[in-house]
Amino acid sequence: MTDMLELTAVQAQEAMASGDFSPAEYGKAWAEAAAEDELNAYLWRDGNGDAEAISVEEPSLAPVAVKDIFCTEGVPTTAGSRILEGYRPAYTSTAVRRLIEAGAPVLGKTNMDEFAMGSSNENSAYGPVLNPWDRGRVPGGSSGGSAAVVAGGLAPWAIGTDTGGSIRQPASLCGIVGLKPTYGAISRYGMIAFASSLDQCGPLTRDVRDAALMLSVLQGADPCDSTSVGLGEAPSLPDREDLRGLRFAVPSELARDAIEPGVREVFEATLARIEQLGGEIAEAPLPHAEHGISAYYVIAPAEASSNLARYDGVRYGMRSEGSGDLIEMYETTRAEGFGSEVKRRIMLGTYALSSGYYDAYYGQAQKVRTKIASDFSAAFAEFDFVVTPTSPSVAFGLGEKTSDPLAMYLNDFFTVPMSLAGIPAISIPAGLAEPAGGGPRLPVGFQIAAPAFAEQKLLAAAHALEGAIGFDARPEGVRG
Amino acid sequence: MAELEAVIGLEIHVQLATKTKMFCGCELSFGDEPNVHTCPVCLAHPGVLPVTNEQAILYALKIAAALECEVAPRSIFHRKNYFYPDSPKAYQISQYDIPIASNGRLGDIRIHRAHLEEDAAKMIHVGDSGRIHGSGASLVDFNRGGTPLVEIVTEPDLRGAAEAAAWARLLRETVRQLGVSDVNMEEGSLRVDANVSVRPAGSDELGTKTELKNMNSFRFLERGMEAELARQRELIEAGGTIVQETLHFHPEDGTLHPLRSKEEAHDYRYFPEPDLVPIAPTEQMIREARESLPELPAARATRYEGEMGLPQDVAALLAADPETAGYFEQVAGSASDIEPRVVANWVTGELAAALRQDGGEVTAAESKVESGALALLIGMVQEKKISHGSGKTVLATLVAEGGDPEAIVEREGLAQISDSGEIESIVAAAVEANSEAAEQILSGNQKAIGVIVGAVMKETKGRADGGEVNRLIKKQLGL
Amino acid sequence: MIEREQVLHVAKLARLGLSEEEVERMAGELSGILEHVDRIGELELDDVPPTSHVVELENVLRADEPHESLDRDVALAQAPDPVDGAFRVPSPQAEG
Ligand SMILES: [Mg+2]
Ligand SMILES: [Zn+2]
Repeated sequence: MTDMLELTAVQAQEAMASGDFSPAEYGKAWAEAAAEDELNAYLWRDGNGDAEAISVEEPSLAPVAVKDIFCTEGVPTTAGSRILEGYRPAYTSTAVRRLIEAGAPVLGKTNMDEFAMGSSNENSAYGPVLNPWDRGRVPGGSSGGSAAVVAGGLAPWAIGTDTGGSIRQPASLCGIVGLKPTYGAISRYGMIAFASSLDQCGPLTRDVRDAALMLSVLQGADPCDSTSVGLGEAPSLPDREDLRGLRFAVPSELARDAIEPGVREVFEATLARIEQLGGEIAEAPLPHAEHGISAYYVIAPAEASSNLARYDGVRYGMRSEGSGDLIEMYETTRAEGFGSEVKRRIMLGTYALSSGYYDAYYGQAQKVRTKIASDFSAAFAEFDFVVTPTSPSVAFGLGEKTSDPLAMYLNDFFTVPMSLAGIPAISIPAGLAEPAGGGPRLPVGFQIAAPAFAEQKLLAAAHALEGAIGFDARPEGVRG
Repeated sequence: MAELEAVIGLEIHVQLATKTKMFCGCELSFGDEPNVHTCPVCLAHPGVLPVTNEQAILYALKIAAALECEVAPRSIFHRKNYFYPDSPKAYQISQYDIPIASNGRLGDIRIHRAHLEEDAAKMIHVGDSGRIHGSGASLVDFNRGGTPLVEIVTEPDLRGAAEAAAWARLLRETVRQLGVSDVNMEEGSLRVDANVSVRPAGSDELGTKTELKNMNSFRFLERGMEAELARQRELIEAGGTIVQETLHFHPEDGTLHPLRSKEEAHDYRYFPEPDLVPIAPTEQMIREARESLPELPAARATRYEGEMGLPQDVAALLAADPETAGYFEQVAGSASDIEPRVVANWVTGELAAALRQDGGEVTAAESKVESGALALLIGMVQEKKISHGSGKTVLATLVAEGGDPEAIVEREGLAQISDSGEIESIVAAAVEANSEAAEQILSGNQKAIGVIVGAVMKETKGRADGGEVNRLIKKQLGL
Repeated sequence: MIEREQVLHVAKLARLGLSEEEVERMAGELSGILEHVDRIGELELDDVPPTSHVVELENVLRADEPHESLDRDVALAQAPDPVDGAFRVPSPQAEG
């Protein structure tokens, strides 16, 4: 028998179903692996006796690492923020509940950028997550903990959230698969809100089939989320091996010179691979995509400024000691409870919504959003998919971009347009590349976007391409 | 200087009598222990989402239909952002630029809009918090937080405090009869704020307005508006100018005090609520709301005036009280040969007085006076089988013990003396006995006839017809 | 360019206490970000409808049926200052 931990979640499910090993044995092995966390990737792990609320009676699926943004009854849930330190929700999010009901135990809660705001995981109040490929580098963010545990052999699979790239970009930087489903495919109930019109839950997995299995468990309309619709039909496990008859669009405006040379090389090689599999590549105009970052960094902070106003020291969470009158209590609690990136976005969002600025910022950004969505619609009238690199660079060094927020925001250049349009997009590992500044080679992600609700087709193409790429590199010391 | 005319618009918050809150399934309550009707949603725990209560939409559509409003094909919710402990999310979900209903009317007053929103929680000031000396503390109770509200905003069409208060009463009756709210001002299920200004009569410009809050009865509402109108008139006549501000009415001494002006202007940073989808009432929802409407006070009053010939004030009085109105219509139905006007006078006059006399605890419809019995009684008075005075006596008996008016007349010997010979001789005797009064009548003092009528009534124990007695006295005196 | 005064005003609206150093830094950072964002202001989008939602749902409604509310102890369990079954807060400055 091979090492249980080397199996994908799909393989493990089959092995448990056919009695090769018991769910208890398998769960124990993963709990032991998770306990070896040296990446600061877990904020809480099961096994310390206070997890009754999220235990599963008859496990049948691989245990899941859950981003600490999902409320879990009785289990600490912080969203990476000081303001929720020690907070234990009175209820469980729909996504986690679906996992539990499907037989997947919760292995632990993963570290993240505070309230999902960040692209490097350096914005966690509980310290940065380290990239398992190079501990001097970031894992990406904001679902950096979830990406690191999967890539680092500390969990078989994980869930995260993606608002502007927070699943896809860390998946890319850690060399795993990350899927952002269509907005509305998975319930947001119990997922701590960052930007409500963009937030979407999704899987971070070792391969595309695992992502399909996880998606089939998570998807579905939820009476607790008025904006959820589900996928109509749960996706099945993909088995396609070619790309014949499929048309892939590369945005004509793709700013190739903004992409690191190593990443560009892997991207071009992947395009060639698509053609080898029978797929067709051509350019398609997406003229407004370049304004995605601007629109995103108005809309997301605006919604966030409102979503984070509830952290006021009244009903739960921290309250600053020695606060004076009400206003002072609010101001000091929020000053002490929030980190600097969260403060920056609250300020940005409040400004964009404030009297006299709404039309110029929030209103205009929503119109840009309309244009970006219609650009995609036009492209999908002729193409099956739009492809880009997931991130313009491989994992960068810790502290490298923290002093320049705009440079950090530009990391999301390729992932934000799909979020604004609400369409599904997947990042699969496409190869390794040397960082711009030199050093050992690091993973490069390839992003494929599809029309809304075309997840099944997206997973099929991604699976075919993944098979052809045959990416099997692992960080040093990690089985796989 | 031209006379200053009042310009008043009202903003009315109506708490809907749904079973559950606007965006969660917690039960509505009044007067329960604090914080026993809360859940993660209405406490704004991290990660929760609102889900709209269908009944609240249907109730809002009923209000829209009753106020003859246009219903928006797609209305949306916005977030109104402000920090206060009574607002757990630090935003209120409310409708902003596309309310569910607009452009309606009730009576002569135009409705600007009616929109859906959620109520705030309740705060109780409890004195020193022990944190900072003298700073005080408040306790927050979230039971009420999230109760569905419809906010109704009128155009500034009201021209006086009394008119505004009367119209507010009509609105309350209308909403009450829809069955969508308890409309109880003391309990806060109906809250009326007034925007008050004055302007030279005949002008169509609007003066600077002030907003009056905290008026928890119609009496206070009227008094508050009166006080504010007087203040504004005085100020302008003395050459001053009105400052736009919010005033709190203190019912204890009838004074108005400005709310402490906030440190910064309100900036609610409204934006569309991303957690909710648009409300697009279907044809069926709108039709059902319209068809479910009872006959509302304004329409009923119009019918009473037009078809039944009731005077305007009596029509309005009856129409405002659907139960008594129903009773009135039953009585009028069983006394088809009597003018409805007469029946209405009996119901709102004699019967109301008799019920008050009896303790005032039951309404006409609840009383022992069967509608048929009252119809019979009015008929007997109309046909002069008994005198009006005897009619009141019989009514008092009916109120006390119910029964058949004919039997009571019989039992009490109240039948009118119909033998004109017998009355004539009693009249003759009375004229004789009161010769002084007779002389005064003859010399032109018509009032003096009362003395002789009184004597006849005393003699007949009220069983004679007053008009007939009058006629006979004059005949006796040769007038 | 975001001025110091604007930073203070926005911080007040957001109930965010900022240190003197944060005010200075925020003014610079917000200016930099907004300078980038301002480029969308140059796009000709007058006739374009805004998108606040990507889902095309309408009338997602819930039946008016009560669910069980939280035990008060649970509701208050996480409160920083629970008193007499309620959430205690410092008073706002006295009104009116
Ligand atoms: Mg209101
Ligand atoms: Zn509730």
